[in-house]
Amino acid sequence: MIKVKLAEDKINKIKEICASFGNKGGEAINVLHKVQGEFGYLPAEVQEVIANELNVSVATIYGIVTFYSFFTMIPKGDHPISICMGTACYVRGSEKVLDEFKRQLKISIGETTPDGKFSLNCLRCVGACGLAPVVLIGEKVYGRVTTDKVKEIIGEYNA
Amino acid sequence: MHLLVCGGTGCSASQSAKIVENLQLELKRQGQEDVQVILTGCFGFCEKGPIVKVMPDNTFYTEVKPEDAGEIVAEHVIKGRKVTRLLYTDPENKEHISDSKHMGFYKKQLRIALRNCGFIDPENIDEYVANDGYAAVAKVLTEMSAEQVIEEIKLSGLRGRGGGGFPTGLKWEIASKNHADQKYVVCNADEGDPGAFMDRSILEGDPHSVIEAMTINGFAIGATKGLIYIRAEYPLAIHRLQIAIGQAREYGLLGKNIFGSGFDFDIELRYGAGAFVCGEETALIHSMEGLRGEPTFKPPFPAQSGYLGKPTNVNNVETYANIPIIILKGANWFNKIGTEKSKGTKVFALAGQINNVGLIEVPMGITLREVIYEIGGGIKNGRAFKAVQTGGPSGGCLTEKHLDTPIDYDNLIAAGSMMGSGGMVVMDDTSCMVSIAKFYLEFTVEESCGKCTPCRVGNKRLHEILEKITKGNGTMEDLDALRNLAAVIKDTALCGLGQTSPNPVLSTLDNFGDEYLEHVKDKKCRAGVCKSLMKYVIDPEACVGCTACARNCPVNAIAGEKKMPHVINTELCIKCGACIERCKFNAISIK
Amino acid sequence: MMEYVNIIIDDKKIQAEKGQTILKAARAVGIEIPTLCYYELNGQKLENRPGGCRVCVVEVAGRKNLAPACATEVMEGMEIKTHSLRVVNARRTVVELLLSDHPASCLICSKSGNCELQSLAHKLGIRDIPFRGEQSMYKKDDSPAIIREMNKCIMCRRCETVCNKLQTVGALSAVNRGFMAVVAPAFEQDLVQSPCVMCGQCVQACPVGALSEVNQTRQVIHAINNPNKTVVVQTAPAVRVALGEEFGFEPGTIVTGKMAAALRRIGFDYVFDTDFAADLTIMEEGTELLGRISKFMAGDKSVRLPILTSCCPGWVNFFETNYPDMLDVPSTAKSPQQMFGAVAKNYWAEKIGIKREDMIVVSVMPCVAKKFECQRDEFKENGNPDVDYSITTRELAELIKQFNIDFNSLPEEDFDNPLGASTGAAVIFGATGGVIEAATRTAYEIFTGKSLEKVDFTALRGLEGVRSAEVDFNGTPIKIGIAHGLGNARKLLDMVRNGEANFHAIEVMACPGGCVGGAGQPFHHGDFSKVEKRFEAIYREDAGKPIRKSHENPYIKQLYEEFLGKPCGEKSHHLLHTHYFDKSKQIEVEG
Repeated sequence: MIKVKLAEDKINKIKEICASFGNKGGEAINVLHKVQGEFGYLPAEVQEVIANELNVSVATIYGIVTFYSFFTMIPKGDHPISICMGTACYVRGSEKVLDEFKRQLKISIGETTPDGKFSLNCLRCVGACGLAPVVLIGEKVYGRVTTDKVKEIIGEYNA
Repeated sequence: MHLLVCGGTGCSASQSAKIVENLQLELKRQGQEDVQVILTGCFGFCEKGPIVKVMPDNTFYTEVKPEDAGEIVAEHVIKGRKVTRLLYTDPENKEHISDSKHMGFYKKQLRIALRNCGFIDPENIDEYVANDGYAAVAKVLTEMSAEQVIEEIKLSGLRGRGGGGFPTGLKWEIASKNHADQKYVVCNADEGDPGAFMDRSILEGDPHSVIEAMTINGFAIGATKGLIYIRAEYPLAIHRLQIAIGQAREYGLLGKNIFGSGFDFDIELRYGAGAFVCGEETALIHSMEGLRGEPTFKPPFPAQSGYLGKPTNVNNVETYANIPIIILKGANWFNKIGTEKSKGTKVFALAGQINNVGLIEVPMGITLREVIYEIGGGIKNGRAFKAVQTGGPSGGCLTEKHLDTPIDYDNLIAAGSMMGSGGMVVMDDTSCMVSIAKFYLEFTVEESCGKCTPCRVGNKRLHEILEKITKGNGTMEDLDALRNLAAVIKDTALCGLGQTSPNPVLSTLDNFGDEYLEHVKDKKCRAGVCKSLMKYVIDPEACVGCTACARNCPVNAIAGEKKMPHVINTELCIKCGACIERCKFNAISIK
Repeated sequence: MMEYVNIIIDDKKIQAEKGQTILKAARAVGIEIPTLCYYELNGQKLENRPGGCRVCVVEVAGRKNLAPACATEVMEGMEIKTHSLRVVNARRTVVELLLSDHPASCLICSKSGNCELQSLAHKLGIRDIPFRGEQSMYKKDDSPAIIREMNKCIMCRRCETVCNKLQTVGALSAVNRGFMAVVAPAFEQDLVQSPCVMCGQCVQACPVGALSEVNQTRQVIHAINNPNKTVVVQTAPAVRVALGEEFGFEPGTIVTGKMAAALRRIGFDYVFDTDFAADLTIMEEGTELLGRISKFMAGDKSVRLPILTSCCPGWVNFFETNYPDMLDVPSTAKSPQQMFGAVAKNYWAEKIGIKREDMIVVSVMPCVAKKFECQRDEFKENGNPDVDYSITTRELAELIKQFNIDFNSLPEEDFDNPLGASTGAAVIFGATGGVIEAATRTAYEIFTGKSLEKVDFTALRGLEGVRSAEVDFNGTPIKIGIAHGLGNARKLLDMVRNGEANFHAIEVMACPGGCVGGAGQPFHHGDFSKVEKRFEAIYREDAGKPIRKSHENPYIKQLYEEFLGKPCGEKSHHLLHTHYFDKSKQIEVEG
């Protein structure tokens, strides 16, 4: 017997979410959305429980999680930073802004700072092209960001 | 009197919600409680946001800040005097323009799909109804047969706005002819083109038009279930759709026996999870089924075997937004707009190095020049126009010689690009076209599902060759390899994403071949974008030794005594450009 | 009534079945369009047709892009070119792309000579890979039976389809996307951490060397050359009808005599036969079956029916993983391989006066899972396994070649006695339905006390995935179920678990066709007719045997008299029976 261990409240939450979708394998993506919304990320044990509840193989669940960029197995930082790399932002210099964030935080795309405070990601067009280049920290949108503003922006969250 | 405040994503990012709050506070404080403040969808003129519009006199305030609320109320609402400093200034004659229809940005626009965006409160069904909302579905359900609806849409000449341009009426007809116990209508709202946000704006600004259109579509093909597949990254659009669906159900416009016609229809939301390929309809359907969003070969088409194996009609948001008004005003009204083979209008997300960034809707047949120079107000900072990219990662870069081409599906394809979902990115001479091609390929490589060889490996190799060229290591053989590989990928890839992915490469090779040659032969990037091909140098004559560059260099690559010319250590320099930005004496240049 | 359409392929006017793919229509007239991802097991309801490799693209007049022949249906008037310049260039480029992400280690690859990518590259005359770039790198996964080297994976998805659709094991899935996409177990862990049952059908299906069996020929050579060891070999029934294929014989050629001769020339000290142990299995399992049925009929509530066969190690792993609630249902009889090992090391070693540690037992199996089985702890005594090495039919062919033996000119020789003597009942273990037929032959005679007039129970034979039959035991109807392929086994077991089906006995074989279609057999590359020919040969071999009932094997009788006592007696219980473990995954509360 191979045992998968997870805290009771988490198991119950996942079971509740799966049940709300009728424990149907076809609802896997909806379930993953809900569960990630609950826990912030989708570690292996959580995927095991979901697979068990939906009666699909855990390989299938993992295949889905790794297909969609929205799903993550790494916990995001307290302040997830997303740099828009849409074309409008790109031609207005978002790559330089991204480089500056990487340099200041000493992490790469998809990583979280060791203190768990910040994580860095790219996204494609948030629809605020008038403000290009755009950076999102959590839900907050920063427009017309230049490299010299990066330090100041990070500073807002380091106080 | 009422006040409209833009609640689109761009303006929201600039605190438009706070503006609403302040306006409401000020109205209360100044005893004008009867004046309503409405948070609307996108006005389109994102460059000048946040926008506040005073109705009924159509005063269009731009770049409004929350602290302007008091003045707007005191001056305009109470005293009837326009706040001149918040009015739009014509860049040519420096005159203030108060009514948006006289602005260059709006003059040539024709808003059909966006007809309600910026005019109504998207969270209030009554406002939609007051603007002829749900009249089209009423007409369809009470006066028309399914065949008549399909005939009308066919006659209108409407083509799919999601990219392919397939005739919508024909698509409906095929789906209607496949019989099954259950059929589905799907709205593709998985807008993933980096640089396009029209679907999002429609859903945020006028969600009911999509709901109404899907109901009409359901009736026409005999489907009782609708699904909207929407990006999870669009929280505001999701929120407004949920409200709109709830309200429509409450009003009996969704659910059982709509308008007493005996027709049942309801809509559910499905969430995308960040995969561009899911814009392809078979991939989208697999994603809705809870699978990896990999496309499958067509046939069978979704109209034959789609969601859960049932006949399914998939249309995108903008296509749907056109439907109710076509039903109401008639196909013959619609098909008089546009060109011979492309009827109606198209929404574009105008972005890039252009003065008026925003969301625009123009009649088919308008030229790129009109869009860029009249609506877009020309190139930012007076620089030179270089290229305009349409169609996103599936499209191509067009140049000066295409500026007078009338925009429609077929002309854009003939020019080596495509309509796509409607991204339009304008570039000036600071853009390196090899890097632009590389940018799009990077996107495709990241978004490829990995199912077919040409897309999975071929695009990776295309990207690597482009990388090699931008690093200054390209050879003439690489240019031939690019062309051959691009042609084979186009010819052999499984789905639309793969088949169109080499377009940015091919169009830049065709239109900007000399730039490729410069990178390969002269090891030069004229736009100064390719870092490996550049060197930052300080002109000792011009440098006054102010130390600004040295202090701001992130890697301490600049040395020099105060008041003495400084020198850049090119070994250490990361070419970030911080020094150039700081130098007030134009002493630093890129060689 | 079959409908036909007129098409032109390579200027040949032909009639093709309506609904047929271009690939099949072309094959029907002898035009072999190369494929790579396409994999079909005829008659076994298995098709892998992702349309992903794009090797089979052809030119269809009037179409913009090249069409995949495997997925495109023929249509009236279609004009197809399978080798125009455009097609050849595209096909070649696609293969070059695959090669650019594939290690060029053909010289030392286990699949060399049998690799479909290698032969395709050869066929297309590729002498250079024009693309250089990043290659996929993955950790090598060594399990006790299967090796995964995903650096070689070409994403044909055959293994994924076989694992999920044919076998319903669910160990593998496509993971990641784009260039990073690969087929792997969850979390890209090793197979041993997944629900893999080591059936090896993925290895049989893999067109390249990404999946292979653990090769033990080197250990066998060392053992043979060790003067202190007595090396005993046993060969499974299905090996003798397939081994010839490796030496140019037609599929279905019986090479029992040549095989025995070859084994002797390789240097095995005793050339024995697993068939002997198969007869022994019938004695044990048949007795167990009759015991259970009698008790059940007598109303003993502690007895569960049906009895399930337990010869197949992939199947044993499967029920241990998926049916932990039913571990008391299968027969406790060990598989023939392990019965042989137990008898060899406990009886024969003593008989020839050597210690069990000085005896090496090698088995030649059509199977990959047998490698796992012989390493199970319960089949060892003080760490010394009953069967030391289990090699596949393919590995035996490799040994014969390494020993410079001209297989074709070998004389026909017999196995050694006593552990080489067997009956026709033992031979049919190699085909689906054979074990239960063999058991029926013996059980009938013991149960009824009558001699069978006709030993052929044709009702139990066939290649239908799930079969059932009723055998009349002199007035007592005995209901028998048969499944081959684990997906079929799951169907049958679920029915039993849910009480929808009642059987006295069920035979399950993990591989389609039974052991003749085993994963260790010569690669059939999706040509299931080869398996069918081996299947027919098994029954020919049976028919040719002088003794066709296990309990009539004189050496089996002798073994019981000299050593074991009686079937299911104390000694055989100790040596010839086993027990099962719960290998399912359980979610448990932490802490």
